Amino acid sequence: MKPSILLLSLATSLPLAAWAQQTVTIVTSFPKELTAAYQQAFQKRNPGTKVEILNKATAAGVAYVRELRAGERPDVFWASAPDAFEVLAKDGLLTKYDPGIKGIPNKIGNYPINDPQGFYLGQALAGYGIMWNTRYLKANKLPEPREWADLTKAVYFSHVATSSPSRSGTTHLTMETILQGEGWAKGWEQILRIAGNSAAITERSFGVPDGVSNGQYGIGLVIDFLGLAPKNSGFPVEFVYPSVTAIVPANIGLINGAKNAELGRKFIHFSLSPEGQELLLDKAISRLPVLPETYKKAPADWPNPYTGKIRAKVNFDSDLAESRYYVVSSLFDQSITFRHKELMAAAKAIIDAEKKVAAKPNAQAAKQIAEAKALAFSPVVDEAKVKDQEFLKIFRDTKRSAETTKRMTALEEHWSNEAKSNYARAVALANEAAKIAN
Amino acid sequence: MNSRVTLAQVAVGLAIAAFLVVFLIAPVLTVIYVAFADGAGGFTLSHFISFFQITLMRESFLNSLYVGGMTVLVTSLIGVPLAYFTVRFRFRGAAIIQTLGVLPLIMPAFVGASAMQLLFGRSGSVNLILMDAFNVSIPLMDGLNGVIFVESLHYFPFILLNLSVALANIDTAMEEAAQNLGASGWRLFRRVVFPLALPGYIAGASLVFIKVFDDLGTPLILNVTNMLAPQAYLRVTSIGIDDPIGYVICVLLVLFSVAAMAGSSWFLKGRDFATLQRGGAAGLRRQLTPWQSVIAYSLVVFLLLLVLSPHIGLLLLSLSKVWSYSVLPDDYTLANYATILNDSTRMMVNTVIYCGGAALLDVILGTAIAYLVLRTRLPGRQWLDHMSTVALAMPGVVLGIGYLRSFRDVELPFGMGPLLGSSLIFILAYSVRRLPYALRSCNAALAQVHLSMEEAAQNLGASRGRTIMRVVVPMMMGGMLAGFVTSFITAAGEISETILLTSRESLAPMSYGVYLYMQSIAGRGPGAALGVLAVILVGLGTYLSNRLVVARQAAMERR
Repeated sequence: MKPSILLLSLATSLPLAAWAQQTVTIVTSFPKELTAAYQQAFQKRNPGTKVEILNKATAAGVAYVRELRAGERPDVFWASAPDAFEVLAKDGLLTKYDPGIKGIPNKIGNYPINDPQGFYLGQALAGYGIMWNTRYLKANKLPEPREWADLTKAVYFSHVATSSPSRSGTTHLTMETILQGEGWAKGWEQILRIAGNSAAITERSFGVPDGVSNGQYGIGLVIDFLGLAPKNSGFPVEFVYPSVTAIVPANIGLINGAKNAELGRKFIHFSLSPEGQELLLDKAISRLPVLPETYKKAPADWPNPYTGKIRAKVNFDSDLAESRYYVVSSLFDQSITFRHKELMAAAKAIIDAEKKVAAKPNAQAAKQIAEAKALAFSPVVDEAKVKDQEFLKIFRDTKRSAETTKRMTALEEHWSNEAKSNYARAVALANEAAKIAN
Repeated sequence: MNSRVTLAQVAVGLAIAAFLVVFLIAPVLTVIYVAFADGAGGFTLSHFISFFQITLMRESFLNSLYVGGMTVLVTSLIGVPLAYFTVRFRFRGAAIIQTLGVLPLIMPAFVGASAMQLLFGRSGSVNLILMDAFNVSIPLMDGLNGVIFVESLHYFPFILLNLSVALANIDTAMEEAAQNLGASGWRLFRRVVFPLALPGYIAGASLVFIKVFDDLGTPLILNVTNMLAPQAYLRVTSIGIDDPIGYVICVLLVLFSVAAMAGSSWFLKGRDFATLQRGGAAGLRRQLTPWQSVIAYSLVVFLLLLVLSPHIGLLLLSLSKVWSYSVLPDDYTLANYATILNDSTRMMVNTVIYCGGAALLDVILGTAIAYLVLRTRLPGRQWLDHMSTVALAMPGVVLGIGYLRSFRDVELPFGMGPLLGSSLIFILAYSVRRLPYALRSCNAALAQVHLSMEEAAQNLGASRGRTIMRVVVPMMMGGMLAGFVTSFITAAGEISETILLTSRESLAPMSYGVYLYMQSIAGRGPGAALGVLAVILVGLGTYLSNRLVVARQAAMERR
């Protein structure tokens, strides 16, 4: 081997590590299109600086920051889910910063755009909604959905896709929005029925828009820009805000113990400046700016939450969301993500039985179907429990001693088994009902 | 041979041993230690008990076994007939089939996986056509099926190549004897040919099992998480590096890898099928009857299309603007390539640095170890060989997690920041796992250099060092180059360690880039374009080095 190759590779590899000084490091769950646009614009604006992107799913991002020592942490946390920021702030991992940008309102609906305590700031606005592939719907002769409740209908069985709250911060928000809008029991019923209609529970929130865009799935639950960006990029998809939606800010915050806090502040300031806000209007990004004046530069059909056109019934309560963050995520995983096959089987059996009973009404069969539905579509943790502070504490203990790990695993195992047996009983009941009605 | 052990030999031996201990043995032991540690310095099995109490973990465990086993089955169904046809019959397609063997090497399974959904998925081209014509669809890409399908198309050459070699080495007299005794067709294959070729088959099959069992990239791209490797990754990244369950999974991955390898070598040892005469002279290849030809050719064409489908799909995807619920993309564009060339040159440079650095390190270490083992009497020299072979059984996920855990507080000198945040970690991780391959090449190359060459040089007054530099190394060049290339291309397609170790985007190599871009909201086009570029880079490297090796060998023979 030529020594020159060795020298070359050493020469090129070593300085990389030494670059750290003029670098601002950003932990984000946002897609490449968005981060690349800000990276390039910021570097152009500030010659000699470098924007370093750590692309992580929100939950993994929180875990990552938590594990680093002060002084070694990245500078900026940038993600959709306000509850992730609540978690970070509570752990003392964020620090206050006011960029002093004028013109950003205090609230969107009833929701404060910036953290009232000042730990993090709204950088864009986001609503949650439904996207669908127009070709898929046409080919499968499906009506266009408008509301979450539409997705619980039998026609959509195996055509829907969603992600899971433990993997995607935005999915967590969507689920939490439904839970807050409909109440714990009714909300879970809706979620379980939608999940029962889902062909897949995807690994990251991107899995949903990606699958809908390329036609693997017909309909997906997504945060608005994940539906609008492919639409604006030419894919045959549509997006709608249902009435049970909340407009909440996607946030940006300065990490406490950052390596380069100064440049971190500069980046946050840039992201909120008119120039930074305008980047959101790029077709491949398609986000809603937080600065009202930026909407003047947007295309005519750009959704503007400040005009009240998006009906957002739910006033999102982030304290409530934060208090049960792990419970909702874990409950979703144990009863939906990991038991999806069984849940789908239950949904299918119920749909089939309902069809038969509709053709040939029978009181006994109808009663059994109702029972089956109650079994399959009720959460295994009731509302009283989720208000119990002692119970919530188990999940908020971040230290994870062997004892809490054991307790948590036992609980999760219990939920998982209960869900599984509920689904199995629902299938049995529904099959029986179908037999009676036959 | 000069039997004196010199100080230089001791120093080199110790340096290599230290390298292997720090970057291979210690991280793996750390992982095992954490899985059994109770947090207070004691030993406990409670993490294992917890693991088996979690339904998801039991399910993941069974799924991984199922996927590994099924993949071996499917790869056998593809590989065994192909190998038999090509070796035993006069058949024009043979050359094509044998070339197929390199395809998986140049394109990692997870890269092709993303394109496979558009071809074979729920609304993929094939199912759209089938739905249209017969109103049926094949759930090839659903859940575990998808993983099995993609991995099978990717790894069947392991069976094909190993079995072909084994078949070619069978003494044809055996078959003739069997034929004389009246055996033919299936009976001949089942009772004589296959048992004789079994060692080759077992070697290939165990390799397929290990590779699939450890794979992280393919399940993740296909959205399958209820398998062991993805669970280890998810536990460690979203719960934290201290979550013991992740380590339990690692121990299981290691156990199965070791068991599969040990099992296969035990099997090979137990059966000595050495035959007197090395086999299949060309004249003994049988002629296909016309009907057999039709069947053989249709089979080959069908398999060829299937095997090339990830490549075709990836190319189409990379050229597509919008590909949605249609058999083929709507429009074609080169914009994806423009995006990639604009955004990702850093990733390409990183790939070349990491893989080049790792391959270089491998060749240097491999040559040194081979020399110490074959040419010196350094005590314990075999241990260097044994230690580096441990890497063969180490899944990427395990080593990745081991590195994250062992080196989390290690700082580089001269203020270059933490080791885990530097490009050095990739070079180390890549080189350690590929060392056994490079070592094998170097060993073979050195064994072919006759000792008398070195003695002649030393008789003419050359020092030992000079002999190595001017005689041994130049004569080993072909083998070293082969080792370099194997290390380079396998490292370029590595994804398990890469996903775990890529802490920031500027450190990302191309393989991570493909993974990242495939999760883009504005379509998978740019990811596919990056994948195509990676395939071209690796393919070109393979081709050039093959040419080089062949040219060198020809030059050597002329001498």
